[in-house]
Amino acid sequence: MRRALAGFLLAFLVVSPSGLASESSPTLRELEGELMCPTCEGETLVESDAPAAERVRQLIRRMIAGGAAKSEIKGELERQFGPQILAAPPRRGFDALAWLLPLGGMAAAAVVVGLLAWRWSRGGGEPRPPAADPSRNGRPEPEPELERRLDEELARFD
Amino acid sequence: MAGRLRLTAQALSIALVAGLLGLLVWKIATDEKSPVPQAMKAGKTVPAPGFSFERLDRDGRLSLESLRGKVVVINFWASWCGPCKEEAPALEAAWRRHRNRGVVVVGVDVEDVASDARRFARENGLTYPLVHDGAGKTIERYGLTGLPETFFVRRDGKIVPKQVAGRIDEEELEEGIRLALST
Repeated sequence: MRRALAGFLLAFLVVSPSGLASESSPTLRELEGELMCPTCEGETLVESDAPAAERVRQLIRRMIAGGAAKSEIKGELERQFGPQILAAPPRRGFDALAWLLPLGGMAAAAVVVGLLAWRWSRGGGEPRPPAADPSRNGRPEPEPELERRLDEELARFD
Repeated sequence: MAGRLRLTAQALSIALVAGLLGLLVWKIATDEKSPVPQAMKAGKTVPAPGFSFERLDRDGRLSLESLRGKVVVINFWASWCGPCKEEAPALEAAWRRHRNRGVVVVGVDVEDVASDARRFARENGLTYPLVHDGAGKTIERYGLTGLPETFFVRRDGKIVPKQVAGRIDEEELEEGIRLALST
């Protein structure tokens, strides 16, 4: 269980879009999807044809041509425009919470489900209702008081 | 065991909701609006929001605070902005004309690539101080609605209620500087 959870967390951290992308030879296309237009509300570079977005594209082209790695390009843009230029929050400092909270939530949910499953498998759950009496033919079980009174009434006819 | 687990889960849920509510309240409480646009509309003076940015024209930083005692013409611009190019000669001329009278023109380059801004300054022969606000922090502080935009700050650090949104010409520059010097 613990191993599976650790494996899941590791896979989530490593197999993310930025992790899959090439670090050493980035393309403009992939960076356009991971960076925001500086002057547009909620638009990535790929979605924007604003003049400022075009300037950023030109800078990325120049840096790619100069052999810069993906992290260097993103680092330079973050230095110039601040962290809001990144489409996904950086995995450090306060921004790391945006990554850690969902993971923590999923881990907590997995622990709760695991605990519940463990309890159920141990028979510690709610008491089960008694098995239905086939002779009752689906009718409900009479209440004890009602049954007692019924027995007394019937006893009179004996 | 079951009761304790349920209590813990409930306490965690309440703590989570309380935490999220706290974040919301904090965000609302700290999300202050700029007083500048209201003051401009009402014809009132307000202290110019401070800033400190890296310089584009040389190494180091420049803060508005360091210019207290001088009249400051703050021009917000970017190299990708067409009207900014058109108004650049007027700003440069005003800077050359008034620099000996305690007037400083400061160009705040907003949401721009620094190397493009430097090239813009070279191509347009700008010699007044230029700073780089790549993250656009001044946009909210000054309530900017677009670029270019120009403000005039008096010697006491307050903004003259004359703001020029869009391309500024020599006449508007002279009027703004005159107002800032006279008050």
